[in-house]
Amino acid sequence: MTASFGPAVTRRLIIQGAGALALIGLGQGTLGAWPALAANDKYPDDAFKQKNAAEAIKALYGKDHEPSDKVKLDAPEIAENGGVVPISVTTTLPDVSSISFVVSENPFALAASYKFPEGTVPAVANRLKMAKTSNVIALVEAGGKLYSATKEVKVTVGGCGG
Amino acid sequence: MASSIRVRAILNGDTTDVQTLIQHPMDTGLVKDSKGELIPAHYIQQLSFEHNGKTVFQADWGTAVSKDPYVKFAFKGAAKGDEIKVSWLDNKGATDSLTAKIQ
Repeated sequence: MTASFGPAVTRRLIIQGAGALALIGLGQGTLGAWPALAANDKYPDDAFKQKNAAEAIKALYGKDHEPSDKVKLDAPEIAENGGVVPISVTTTLPDVSSISFVVSENPFALAASYKFPEGTVPAVANRLKMAKTSNVIALVEAGGKLYSATKEVKVTVGGCGG
Repeated sequence: MASSIRVRAILNGDTTDVQTLIQHPMDTGLVKDSKGELIPAHYIQQLSFEHNGKTVFQADWGTAVSKDPYVKFAFKGAAKGDEIKVSWLDNKGATDSLTAKIQ
């Protein structure tokens, strides 16, 4: 938008903007629950409420994990800002169905869990909050078994309001 | 209103790399504001990506995902120009979605 179009165009843009806003509002009201996720697994509320890493893993997967060198966890040695710690995982394991991240020393240990349908590359990168220096555990569920990789990340400034 | 979602999906050989940034406070419910009152938890719980009506990636998030979350993944089976639909749902029931073309 440039000044040469004059005020009429500006006004039209404003009206269009208002219309779009109203439409978005309508969409949220009428759609209600979103269809995209309705068919999928439920949100694992219970697992996210566990304070302890072992209990969170048990609530989410219900089985033990074994360390595997086929799970590559990439996280910084030292995180200067615990509020934004870039963490990623890749794996060469076949038949991966899910990948999850657990930060042992966080108030709630489970941070994120990702589901991988067939055809999706078993790798994910995200950014997590860390309250303090802690082990980060990457869990990979593959072929019905649970594998893991663990790395300690030192945090100089916590990211959970500490 | 600008969407809360920014997504970039780029076809690379036979895989499509998808990077997403979402504007969301991701409040943990553990942090106090300047008046010393707890800011209630407000965070995205589920995020899904659909291609041709099929879910290709789904995230379940807790409060430990950083503010303005970023996530990156890749999937196979898409062509240039296909659409990918991103949607999220937070713990207060708010949702947003966006459809983007694969480049």
